[in-house]
Amino acid sequence: MLYTLLCYNKEDVVWSWSKAEDDAVMARLSVVHERLVKEGKLGPSLRLLPTTAAATLRGEVVIDGPFAETKEQLLGFYVIDVENLDAALDVARQLSEANPTSVYEIRPIALYVPEARADAPREMVKAY
Amino acid sequence: MTDLTWIHGALTAARPQAVGALLRYFRDMDRAEEAYQEACLRALKTWPQKGPPRDPAAWLILVGRNAGLDGVRKQARDTALPPDEVISDLEDVETPLAERLDGADYRDDVLRLLFICCHPDLPAVQQIALALRIVSGLTVPQIARAFLVSDVAMEQRITRAKQRIARAAVPFETPGAVERAERLAAVAAMIYLLFNEGYGGASDPARAPLCEEAIRLARLLLRLFPAEPEIMGLLALMLLQQSRLPARFDAEGEAVLLEDQDRSRWDAKLVGEGLALVDKALRHNRPGPYQVQAAIAAVHARAAKAADTDWENIDALYAALERMQPSPVVTLNRAVAIAKLKGAQVALEMIQPLEERLSRYFPYHGARGAFLLQLGREGEARTAFTKAIALAASPAEAAHIRRHLDGLSAE
Repeated sequence: MLYTLLCYNKEDVVWSWSKAEDDAVMARLSVVHERLVKEGKLGPSLRLLPTTAAATLRGEVVIDGPFAETKEQLLGFYVIDVENLDAALDVARQLSEANPTSVYEIRPIALYVPEARADAPREMVKAY
Repeated sequence: MTDLTWIHGALTAARPQAVGALLRYFRDMDRAEEAYQEACLRALKTWPQKGPPRDPAAWLILVGRNAGLDGVRKQARDTALPPDEVISDLEDVETPLAERLDGADYRDDVLRLLFICCHPDLPAVQQIALALRIVSGLTVPQIARAFLVSDVAMEQRITRAKQRIARAAVPFETPGAVERAERLAAVAAMIYLLFNEGYGGASDPARAPLCEEAIRLARLLLRLFPAEPEIMGLLALMLLQQSRLPARFDAEGEAVLLEDQDRSRWDAKLVGEGLALVDKALRHNRPGPYQVQAAIAAVHARAAKAADTDWENIDALYAALERMQPSPVVTLNRAVAIAKLKGAQVALEMIQPLEERLSRYFPYHGARGAFLLQLGREGEARTAFTKAIALAASPAEAAHIRRHLDGLSAE
């Protein structure tokens, strides 16, 4: 079974850490990451930039900042590789046209760690 | 058991909001600060065992308010409030307070707190020192180190600044839209001053936290005013400049020019955040000086090597900045782009009229020397570099120019 683990914390606290504090947390995490890689359990992982760098597409309207409602839940996500925000919004609009009621937060990625498993699935894996 | 790093981070992050709200409540800076300190002490006692509250700022405001009132009542020989254990259990009262704090009050509290530090009677350096003390919560010795003065001198400076703002009437009513925009502009300028104070001396570790603090305050402002393109621009500008820090000085601590920096050492995380913010700001079509300067920094950030720099774009952006904010310094910077596009002779003619106004400005003589050197006018270049060294603000700047001079002597 494939799982995604979503990490939550108070962003203003985490982005208040000094570089040394941030590095220390990342170092502790990387020990866990390495163990998980050895055990063949870790797929791609990533760290997001702060929500101040985000924009949100709701229908045809672009809003500055993150997705802020609490009535909707996170249903899935995409990682895309494009030139800039306009290009990212263009992708989001294509998805929005196909699925008009969903809202898309466009959040730049701070750190992307690719798939490290030799036997990673090469085809679509469905749980349903 | 809660991680102490996390608690310290939470206290730092909550400080502007908590002190801002306590100031609105007590209308007295000293009492607001004391109440906040008291709340922090109780947080350090309670949170490690009980775990942190869901909303640290709301907790600190409520406990701080009670502590402040407690102090007032003690002074009045009145009965004390219930013991800590009772006050600290906030699960039931936290939610409504937190909801109220999400609104405009909270935003205006933080803005007011920052704005108080920008009082026009205060010299720029005092504005920054006050903001670091009150909003950021740096200790007096930390601030003194950053400004290269003694603790006593800094303590006096901050006390005097506080007295001055205490005498000035600070409006506590909710600001109107125009007033809010004016406050925001004043605060943005102060934050950029703070950044530059740190950036100028970034090879000195005591000053580096000033840049980080300026970035943190700008992120805070942007969370409060998420649709302000100039705040996006300000944050982007500082992030992109800060990203170069690992490459700005060589092993001997000498300044390395932008075009000579090892770009692989630029902090990719900061570059990414800066570029994302520039993209966001440009969508608003409401250009301003911070956005244009950020866009210039973004052109540099996008060039994988110095030779790839889009100088035409940089020239056009500096031209836009000249129109918005005419200044000989902007023209001097534009001349550097012109030198790349049209040669050193054109650039030299462009900066000649600035001579009088920039005669005390280190980069003017540095740039002039570099243009003259490119034109093979070595004697004049030597004179310009010598002038630059005399005006250098830091040993790193002087050492950089001295290297040019050494190169000249060797030939």
